[in-house]
Amino acid sequence: MYAVNFLLLSAALFCIGVFGVIARRNAVMVLMSIELILNSVNLNLVAFALMNNDVDGHIFALFVIAVAAAEVGVGLAMVLMIYRNRRSIALDELSEMKG
Amino acid sequence: MDYSNNALLTIGTFLPLVGVLIMMFIPGSEERTHKQIAIVTSGLTLAVGIYTLIQFDYGNSATLQFAVNEEWISVIKSNYIVGLDGISLPLYVLSMAVTFLVAIYTWNNVPDAGNPKAFLMLMLVLQVGMAGSFVAQDLILFFVFFELVLLPMYFMIGVWGGEDRQYASLKFFLYTMFGSALMLVAFLALFFQTGAESFSFEHLMSAGALIDHDVQVWIFAGMFVGFAVKVPMFPFHTWLPDAHTQAPTQGSVILAAILLKLGTYGFVRIALPMLPMGAHEWAPVIGILAVIGIIYGALGCLAQTDMKRLIAFSSVAHMGFVMLGISTLTTFGINAALFGMVAHGLITGMLFFVAGSVKHRYHTLEIKRLSGMLIQMPKMGWILGFAAMASLGLPGLAGFWGEFPAILSAYNPGFGLNPTLFRTLMVVAALGTVLAAGYLLWLYQRTAFGEPNPEFVSHGEPAHSLSAAGNEDHHDEIHDVSVVEWIAWTPFLLAIVVFGVYPQLMFKVLDPAVVQLVERVGNGIP
Amino acid sequence: MFATEALTSGWFLENAWLIPLIPTVAFFVILGFGKRMPQGGSEVGIASMMASLVLAAGATYQWIQRVQSVEGGSEGALGAIRGFAGSALPSAAETGHSAAYVEPVIRHWTWWQSGGIEFTLGQHIDGLAIMVLLVVTFISLLVQVYSTEYVKGDRRYTHFFAALTLFSAGMLIMVLAESMVQFILGWEIMGLTSFLLIGHWWEDGANSRAALKAFFTVRVGDMGLLVGTAIIYFGASQWAQARGSNGFSIQAISGWALSEGADSKVLMWGAVALFIACIGKSGQFPLHTWLPDAMAGPTPVSSLLHSSTMVVAGVYLVARLYPVFFVGLDILDTGVNLVAVIGGITIIIAAALAFVQNDIKKVLAYSTVSQLGYMMMGLGVGAWTPAVFHIFTHAFFKCCLFLAAGSISHSGSHHSFDMKKDMGGLRKFMPITFATWMVSTFALCGVPFFSGFFSKDEIIDNANHNGYTVFFYVGLIGAAMTAAYMTRATYLTFFGQPRGAAAGEHHDAHDPAHAHGEEHALDEIEEHEHVAEPVLVGAAVAATQGDDGHGHGGGHDDHGHGDDGHDAHAGPHESPWRITVPLMILGTLAVFSGYLNAPAVGTEYFTEWVEPAGVVVGAEHDESGAATHTDTEEPEAFASGVFGRATPLLAAEDGEATHSGGEGCGFEGPTEGVCYAPALSHAEFKWINTVPSILLVAFGALTSLWLCLGIFGDRKNPFKGLTQRNRLAGAGHRFLVNKYYLDDLYEKVIVHSVAHPIAKAAYWVNQNIIDGVVNGAGRSTKRTGEWVYRNIDQRVVDGAVNASGLVASETGHALQPVQSGKVNQYGALLFGAAAVGAIVLVLLNV
Repeated sequence: MYAVNFLLLSAALFCIGVFGVIARRNAVMVLMSIELILNSVNLNLVAFALMNNDVDGHIFALFVIAVAAAEVGVGLAMVLMIYRNRRSIALDELSEMKG
Repeated sequence: MDYSNNALLTIGTFLPLVGVLIMMFIPGSEERTHKQIAIVTSGLTLAVGIYTLIQFDYGNSATLQFAVNEEWISVIKSNYIVGLDGISLPLYVLSMAVTFLVAIYTWNNVPDAGNPKAFLMLMLVLQVGMAGSFVAQDLILFFVFFELVLLPMYFMIGVWGGEDRQYASLKFFLYTMFGSALMLVAFLALFFQTGAESFSFEHLMSAGALIDHDVQVWIFAGMFVGFAVKVPMFPFHTWLPDAHTQAPTQGSVILAAILLKLGTYGFVRIALPMLPMGAHEWAPVIGILAVIGIIYGALGCLAQTDMKRLIAFSSVAHMGFVMLGISTLTTFGINAALFGMVAHGLITGMLFFVAGSVKHRYHTLEIKRLSGMLIQMPKMGWILGFAAMASLGLPGLAGFWGEFPAILSAYNPGFGLNPTLFRTLMVVAALGTVLAAGYLLWLYQRTAFGEPNPEFVSHGEPAHSLSAAGNEDHHDEIHDVSVVEWIAWTPFLLAIVVFGVYPQLMFKVLDPAVVQLVERVGNGIP
Repeated sequence: MFATEALTSGWFLENAWLIPLIPTVAFFVILGFGKRMPQGGSEVGIASMMASLVLAAGATYQWIQRVQSVEGGSEGALGAIRGFAGSALPSAAETGHSAAYVEPVIRHWTWWQSGGIEFTLGQHIDGLAIMVLLVVTFISLLVQVYSTEYVKGDRRYTHFFAALTLFSAGMLIMVLAESMVQFILGWEIMGLTSFLLIGHWWEDGANSRAALKAFFTVRVGDMGLLVGTAIIYFGASQWAQARGSNGFSIQAISGWALSEGADSKVLMWGAVALFIACIGKSGQFPLHTWLPDAMAGPTPVSSLLHSSTMVVAGVYLVARLYPVFFVGLDILDTGVNLVAVIGGITIIIAAALAFVQNDIKKVLAYSTVSQLGYMMMGLGVGAWTPAVFHIFTHAFFKCCLFLAAGSISHSGSHHSFDMKKDMGGLRKFMPITFATWMVSTFALCGVPFFSGFFSKDEIIDNANHNGYTVFFYVGLIGAAMTAAYMTRATYLTFFGQPRGAAAGEHHDAHDPAHAHGEEHALDEIEEHEHVAEPVLVGAAVAATQGDDGHGHGGGHDDHGHGDDGHDAHAGPHESPWRITVPLMILGTLAVFSGYLNAPAVGTEYFTEWVEPAGVVVGAEHDESGAATHTDTEEPEAFASGVFGRATPLLAAEDGEATHSGGEGCGFEGPTEGVCYAPALSHAEFKWINTVPSILLVAFGALTSLWLCLGIFGDRKNPFKGLTQRNRLAGAGHRFLVNKYYLDDLYEKVIVHSVAHPIAKAAYWVNQNIIDGVVNGAGRSTKRTGEWVYRNIDQRVVDGAVNASGLVASETGHALQPVQSGKVNQYGALLFGAAAVGAIVLVLLNV
C-alpha cells in the first residue's frame, strides 16, 4: 500500500470540493462541497495515522466528522431559513454581508 | 502571609450584585422600588464597609487583613486573593460611601434618559468593580476588576450623558482600553520575568525587584501608560474633560471620586513596589509630567466657559499634585498623595454634585449666563464656595493636606533622585496653587456673586427685591438645596472638614503601610 | 534648658492657646445660632473678643513678671532709669536689652504625623507674640463694638460678625503659632475671611472684584510662604531633630538660622521665598495694589485689616523669623538688603500715591502701605525693636483714623468717602471724631510727644545708627510726605466749607434704599444719589440714575437705616456712643501708647519685655559676662559694606557703640549653646537726632496747609457763583457742579504742588504698569490657556488621538470592496490565501 494513492485521492477530492465551493451557485451544493473538503482531510488523517501507527489521527478524524455533522446541521438550517425568506438559495444573489 | 479566609471583604465587594439580581426580576416601570433597592443595597454595602472599618486592626495597618487565598484559575496560576491594608482601606470605604450617596442623590435626580432600573444596576456593578480593584491582591484579579469598571461607565456616559455623549463615551472607552492593553502586556511580562510562578502581589513584590534594571524600565513603561491614562496624567488626559462634561452628574461624581484613583492606586500598589528600579528611573518623568499637568490643567481651567468642564480640568491639575507626591518616592510624598486622592475625591465629587444641581435648575452651565447664585440659592452658593475653597487648598480643609505635603516632599526626593529638578518642580507646583486660587475664585465670583441673570428671574420684578412676598412663586424651578441633596451632600461636607481639621485620622492608617512600601522600594534600588 | 527654675510662668501663659480658640468656637456658634439671637450673633463675637482680651492681658502681666524674674526684680525696675540716665555712657544703653534670654513659653500637641514628619499645633509665647496678641484682641473688641452700630440692620449682619470673629481668630492663631504649619493655617484663614469681608457687599461687581483681587494677590505671595516653609523645614530639620524638635518649630528655625552649621544658601533662598509672602500680605511695593481696592469692604473691616491684623502679618513673619532674614539676607552685613529696599521703596511710592486720592479711605490705605514700609525698612536695617514698636503704635492710631473715617461717612457725609465732594468743615459737627482724628494724625505724622513719634523716629534714627544712610533719608522724606498728605486729608475733611453731603444736601433724598452707598464712592466720581426718591427729584432723574451700574441699592433694602432715627437730623452730626467710645479709647492710646518705649522720657519697656536677647543660651559660661563684651570682628564686617553705609568711624564719632556684643549671636554661629535671636544694637536717643525729622514733618505739614488754604481761597468766589447756579438747576444738580469745582481744585493742587507731578506719575505707573502687569499677566495667562487649549490640547494632543482613529477607518474603507458579501468569493479568497500559504511553506522548507 502506498501513501501516494491515498494522498492523490484526497487531493482530488479536495480540488473538487474547492471547485464546488467557489463555482457553484446552489447553497446546498456548496455545503456538500465543504463536506467533500473535510472528508479529503479525514482521508489524509487516517492514512497518515495508519502509516505511523499512531491512533491520534483516527481520533482527530472522528472529531472532524462530528464537527462536520454539526456544521452541516447549522448550514442546512441557515439555507432553509434563507429559502423561506427569499424563495431562492442562489448564493450570488445574497450579498447582505457586503461591507 | 496569614490568610484568615475571612469572607468579610468578599461580602463587601460582591454584595451589590445581590441587589442587581433582585432588580433584574422587577419590571423597569417600578422606578420607586428600584431606587429603594439600590439605596438599601448600597447602604448595606456601606454598613459592611463600616464594619470592616471597626474590625480593622489599626495597630497593624501595614499588613494585609481579612486576607483570603482561594484557588481560582490554577491553569494560569492566578488565585482569588483579596486583602486590605492601610493603603486600600480608605479608598475601599470611600468607594462604598460615594456609591451610597450617589444612589441617594438619584432618588429625584434621574438623568434625562430615564430608565432608573438600568442606571442603578450599572451603578451597583460599577461599585463591585471599584471595591474589587481596591481589595484584589492578585494581578489577574485586579485586572478583571479594573476592566469591570469600564463597561458600566461606558454605558452611563453613552446612554445618560449630554449631547455629545456618543463621542465622549467612545473616547473614554477606547482611551482606557488602549492603556489597559499595554498594562496587560506589562503584567504578563512581569509574570514571565518572575518565573511564571504566581500572579499574587506578595510574590511579585519580592520577585519583581530582582528583575534586570532595563527590563524593569520597559515593564514599568507599559504599566505607566495604563495607569497614567486612568489618572489621567498630562498627555493622556484628553478623555477626561469630555467624559466628565458629558457624563450624568452621578457618573461625574463617581468618575472623579473613585475611578481616577484607580490609576494612582495602581501606581502605589503595583508599579512602585514591584518594579522599584523602573520606578526610580521613571520618577523624574512622572514628576515632570505631573507638574506640567498642574500648570496645564490650571491654564485649561482659565480658558473654560463651561462650569463642569472647568471642574473637570481642575481634576487634571489636582491629580498632578497626587502624582508629584508619588514621584518623590518618599514616605511623606506618597502619604500626601494617598491623602490627596481621598481629598480630591470628596472635594471634586462635591463640586460635580453642585454643578449637576445647577444644571438641573438653570439648564445651562455657561459661566457667563450664571450669576448671583447667592441671591437665588444662598445655600447652594455657600456650598459651592466652600467646595471651591477646599479645592484651592485652604488649610483646615481636606484639600490642603494633599497639596502642601506634596509640595513639601518634592524638596527632598528619595533614593538619590535629582534634588535640583524636584525643587524646580516644587516651585512650579506652588505656582499651580496660585492658579488654582485664580480659576476657582474667578468661577465663584462670576457665578455666585453679583445680581442674578435676568433671564432666570421671573419677569416684571427686580431680581433682588426679596421684600415682594409673592416673588418666590414665580420662579419655582430655581429652588435652593433640596432635602435629598442635603442628605447626599452633608457627609461629603463633613468629611472635608473632618479630614481637614484632623488629618491624622487618615494618616495614621496610611503611614505604616506606606513606610513598609517605601522600604520595599528602597530595598529594590541598589 | 536654661535657667528654667528661675523663670516664673502662670496659668495665663501656659494656657495662652485659649486666646485664639475662643473666637474660633465663637465663629461656629455665630454661624450656627447667630440668626436666632437677639443681637444677631454680635454679642457672641464681642463676648469672645472680651474673653480673649482678658486672657491676653493676664498673659501679658505674667510675661512681664517672667521677664523680671530673670533679670531680678530690682534690676528690671531700674532698667528704665538706667537707660535714661546712662545716655552719657555709650555702653549703658545696651545694658537695658542685653539682659538674659527669656525662654518663651512653648507648648505643642501633635496634630498629625506622617512619614516621620510631625505637624504640631501649639503656642510659642514670647514678648513679640504677647504684644501682638494684646493689640489684636483689644482692637478686635473695639472694632466689633463699633460695628454693631456701623452695620446695624445689614442684610448679612450675622455673617459679618461671624467672619469678623474668624478673622481675628486667624490672626491670633498665626501670632501664637508654634510651628510654621500653624502659622500658615492662621495666615490662610485670614486670607479667606478677608475675601469674605472685603466682598461683604458682593451684589456689586466692583466689591467682589476687589475681594478676588485681594485674595489672589495675597495668594501669589503665599506661594512664597509654601516654598519658603519647605526650604526652611528641610534646612533646619536635622539641626532641630538633634535637639528633640522639628524643622517646623519656630524656635528651632530661629536657633538653626543662627547656628554655625546653617547653610547660608538655603537660608538665603528660604528668606527670599518667605519675604515674597510678606510682600503679598503686607502690601509691599510690587504687590501693594490690592490694599486700596480692599477699601471696598465695610469700614470696620478696613480698620481691622489695616491696623493690627492681615497686613501686619507679613511684618510679623519677618519679625518672628528674624534670624532667618537676618542671616539669610545679610542684614547689617551688607549695604543693602531686600527687606530694607522693598520697605524703603514702599514708603515713598505709597506716600506719593496718597496725595492724589479723593477717597478718604484710600488716603488712609496708602498711608498704611507707607507705614508698613517703615516697619519693613526698620526690620531691614536691623532696627527690630523700633519696627515692632511701630506695629504696636500704628495699630492704635491707624485703627482710630479708619474708624473716624467710618464715623464721618456714617453720620457726617451720608455714606460717602469722597473728601472733595461730601466733606469739609466737619469739625464743627463732629467734635469727638475731629479730636480723635487730629490726635491720631499727629501720631501718624510723628509729631513729638505723640505715639508715632517714638516708634517712627526710632526706626529712622536706627537706620542712621546702623549705617544705612540712604534709608535714613528715605525715612525722613517719607515722614515729610506723611505730614503733607495727612494735612491735606484733614483740611479737606474737617476744615473749609462743608460740601456735598457734609453740607446736608441730599437729606431729602435719603431713603432706606440708599443704605451703604459707600461702595460706589470708591472708584468713580459720578452720580451720587443714584437711588434718589422719584417723588422728590423727579421721575426723569430717577430714570437716568437707575441704570448707573449700581443697581445694588435695593439689595440693602432691609438695611434699615430708616429707623435709626439719625436720618431725621438735618445735616451732619456726631455719631452715637458705640462709635465714639472706641474712637476716644483709641485716640487716648494714640497719644500715650508711645510712652511705653520712649527713650526720651526714659522708658524702654519694649526693649526689655519684647525684644529677645541676642545671647547664647545653654553655653557653659555664664551669660553675665556678655553684657559688656564687645566683639572686635564685627566692625570689620561693617566696613566691608559698600553701599549706603556709614563708616564705623562716623558711628564712633557719634559716640555710639556700634555693636552690643552678645556672644557672637549673628553671622558666626556660636560654638556651643544656641542663639535664638541676633544681637542688635540700639541707637541711643538724643533729641538732636530728632531735629531733622521734626523739621521735615513741620515743613511738610505747613507746605500742604499753605497750598490747601491758598487754593481754597482762590476758589471761594466761583464756589458761591456755582451755588447760585445750583439753585436754578435744582438741588439734584448741585452735586454735579460741585464735582466739577472739585476737579478743578484737584488740578490746581497738582499743578501747584511740587510733589504732585511725581505722585501722579507714580500713580500712573501704579495703575498702568504695575497694575497693568498684574492684569496683563492675568489676561495673557488666560489667553495662553485658551491658545494652548485650542491649538495644543484640541489639535495636537487630541488630534493625535483622533488621527489614529481616522487611519484605522480609512484603511477599512480601502479594503471595503473585498467584503463583497458573496460566499463564493469569500471561499475563493480563503483557498487562494491557503494556497499561497502552502506555497510559501513549501518554498521555505525546500
